[in-house]
Amino acid sequence: MLIGTKFKGVDFYNTDDLLTDDEKMVRDTIREWVDEKVIPIIEKHYMEGTFPMHLIPEMAELGIFGATLPEKYGCANLNNVAYGLIMQELERGDSGIRSFASVQSALVMYPIYEFGSEEQKNYWLPKLARGEKIGCFGLTEPDFGSNPGGLRTKAEYKNGGFVLNGTKMWITNGTIADVAVVWAKLDGVIRGFLVEKGTPGFEAPEMKGKHSLRASVTSELVFQDCWIPEENILPKAVGLKAALMCLTQARYGIAWGAVGAAMACYETALEYAKTRIQFDKPIASFQLVQEKLVYMLTEITKAQLLCIQLGRLKDQGKANYVQVSLAKRNNVYHALEIARLARDILGANGILNEYPVMRHMNNLESVKTYEGTHDIHTLIIGEYITGFSAFT
Amino acid sequence: MKVAVCVNRVPDTETKVKIGADGKTIDKTGVNYILNPYDEFAVEEALRVKEKFGGEVIVISLGGSENVEVIRKALAMGADKGILLKDDSQRDTFSIAKALAEVLKEISPDITFFGKQSIDYDDQAMPSLVGELLGIPSITVVVKLEINEDGTVIAEREIEGGREKVRGKLPIIIGAQRGLNEPRYPSLKGIMAAKSKPVEEREAPKFENKTEVIEMLLPPPKKPGRILGTDASAVPELVRLLREEAKVI
Ligand SMILES: Cc1cc2nc3c(=O)[nH]c(=O)nc-3n(C[C@H](O)[C@H](O)[C@H](O)COP(=O)(O)OP(=O)(O)OC[C@H]3O[C@@H](n4cnc5c(N)ncnc54)[C@H](O)[C@@H]3O)c2cc1C
Ligand SMILES: Cc1cc2nc3c(=O)[nH]c(=O)nc-3n(C[C@H](O)[C@H](O)[C@H](O)COP(=O)(O)OP(=O)(O)OC[C@H]3O[C@@H](n4cnc5c(N)ncnc54)[C@H](O)[C@@H]3O)c2cc1C
Repeated sequence: MLIGTKFKGVDFYNTDDLLTDDEKMVRDTIREWVDEKVIPIIEKHYMEGTFPMHLIPEMAELGIFGATLPEKYGCANLNNVAYGLIMQELERGDSGIRSFASVQSALVMYPIYEFGSEEQKNYWLPKLARGEKIGCFGLTEPDFGSNPGGLRTKAEYKNGGFVLNGTKMWITNGTIADVAVVWAKLDGVIRGFLVEKGTPGFEAPEMKGKHSLRASVTSELVFQDCWIPEENILPKAVGLKAALMCLTQARYGIAWGAVGAAMACYETALEYAKTRIQFDKPIASFQLVQEKLVYMLTEITKAQLLCIQLGRLKDQGKANYVQVSLAKRNNVYHALEIARLARDILGANGILNEYPVMRHMNNLESVKTYEGTHDIHTLIIGEYITGFSAFT
Repeated sequence: MKVAVCVNRVPDTETKVKIGADGKTIDKTGVNYILNPYDEFAVEEALRVKEKFGGEVIVISLGGSENVEVIRKALAMGADKGILLKDDSQRDTFSIAKALAEVLKEISPDITFFGKQSIDYDDQAMPSLVGELLGIPSITVVVKLEINEDGTVIAEREIEGGREKVRGKLPIIIGAQRGLNEPRYPSLKGIMAAKSKPVEEREAPKFENKTEVIEMLLPPPKKPGRILGTDASAVPELVRLLREEAKVI
């Protein structure tokens, strides 16, 4: 570890002063881990389209999974700002790594914690925290993405349990998951169910052919007369609102994660521009290039401030879902723009896997779409401020 | 087993050092500080000793109140309690060693770990000096350590071109070299737990410095390179200069 921390961070407005010593130690720990363990191997996994499974026990050991949940379930009980900083650093490595941690924490452990029975919590949370079990979250269906309320997967009460029928699509971690949090309609009402890997009538084939999030497993979940015992329903997960509460948690983490990807692109572009000579000068000396770099720094700085204040509000129990939408929408949009500009500044080198920028750029296209597309967040905020719903 | 680790707070290895206005200290503005990298090996080894034999790990650091940061990092990695020996003055290696020895004498650990050197002033003297002051054995530049139930200690230390196996007996001082182990990351739970671990703050015992820094100097700026030619015809001259001028071949 003699090299120290390689990534110095982008902190133009001394936002570090807004963090506590513990929050900084959490961030620096994950930062160092990402520099040492993720960045050296991620391009290979991305090119091969595989998730680096060997990192799961290490992430568990660090305490990343369900990091905000209480100690009695084997979790670290961090605040939301520290959790956000973890997401930022993970996504500075790769959106796929952050996605894995987001799904495990915000979309699997959170709903079990929030809507599960005491038995479900005691059984699942420690195992998920230790990374012994992997989870996934099945909401999206082939015909219902932005409009999950219309989902068709059905649950019927039968023989002291439930029979599930339907298909989920685009499910992160699906194929590698030991447990799926599945959203299905029981008597017309959306409910959450836990379905274990290997349950007869449940298959989770991997989806291939992605140009984005290649170091992440994306799957279909297929249920054909899949019977699960009665105790597998999440008792308190009733209605679409429960699923949306999970999404709010995950979107919060994404808002931070996008800053990490943006920082990686900015840092790469800045270094490159200072050393790349064209027309006998470093390209960093040209106005057009400076304009791009200044835009990047400006948007990263604004996004950081959004995240920290949103995290503080969340810790005080004052953040609402619309504020989370604004941060997800803004930060991912600008992170993607920053990645595109970084790609441009690197010229032809920008398309190579020697540099992280095109990988981040491609990843961010998914990030812009999942967890509510950019435009859907526009409609959420638009409805909130005008009082008019523009969804239909 | 009572285990102590002495840790230092040093400028990040990537710091571009500037000399301060007094000409005797570095300019601290914008400098990022870290736990001395060799001390990470020391902390890790201390934790392993505790995990094997039971007992506790006490972290000691001498310096300003900022040094609490490096104590907290060691606590987050798993150490049990910290002692901050507060002192803002400029000390030489000897007066630091005297202060540490005095405190270690009081604590009387079975084994005390240091990094083999601090990457700031690079003296490489602390483990041996403290050992001498306490009148106990010290082994430094250690890359492998074995402690037996009967209190004998076998340490492998790096020497020029090879290794040396040395035997000693508890209580002992060990100076950790890179390679001794792979330091763990503090876990997030560890970071949270560190908040409630005790850090005792006391004035560092005062001792006279034996030496005084009179000036700090940066290395002379690099001379620009010389181009002897751009094709194979330049090779003989290059070889001559490497041999006669640079004396590297
Ligand atoms: C890599 C990846 C991983 C994913 N992981 C998960 C997961 O783990 N679990 C899960 O449940 N889902 C997951 N998803 C699915 C993701 O949440 C959906 O893709 C997303 O909600 C968008 O749905 P859709 O793809 O069906 O697009 P559509 O809803 O068909 O949207 C297509 C376009 O139409 C626009 N649009 C839709 N409705 C309106 C409207 N009313 N007004 C204006 N414009 C509109 C959208 O903004 C978008 O531009 C993942 C997706 C990807 C790409
Ligand atoms: C897949 C691929 C195939 C290719 N095929 C061929 C081929 O068949 N034959 C061939 O000859 N070449 C080929 N190229 C090379 C291509 O034409 C160059 O990449 C292109 O001209 C840009 O040069 P560069 O990559 O060195 O970027 P650079 O010139 O280093 O530019 C880097 C960045 O600096 C900016 N910049 C440079 N100068 C200035 C300035 N004065 N003011 C403001 N901004 C400036 C650029 O706009 C860019 O954003 C190929 C490239 C790729 C990616």
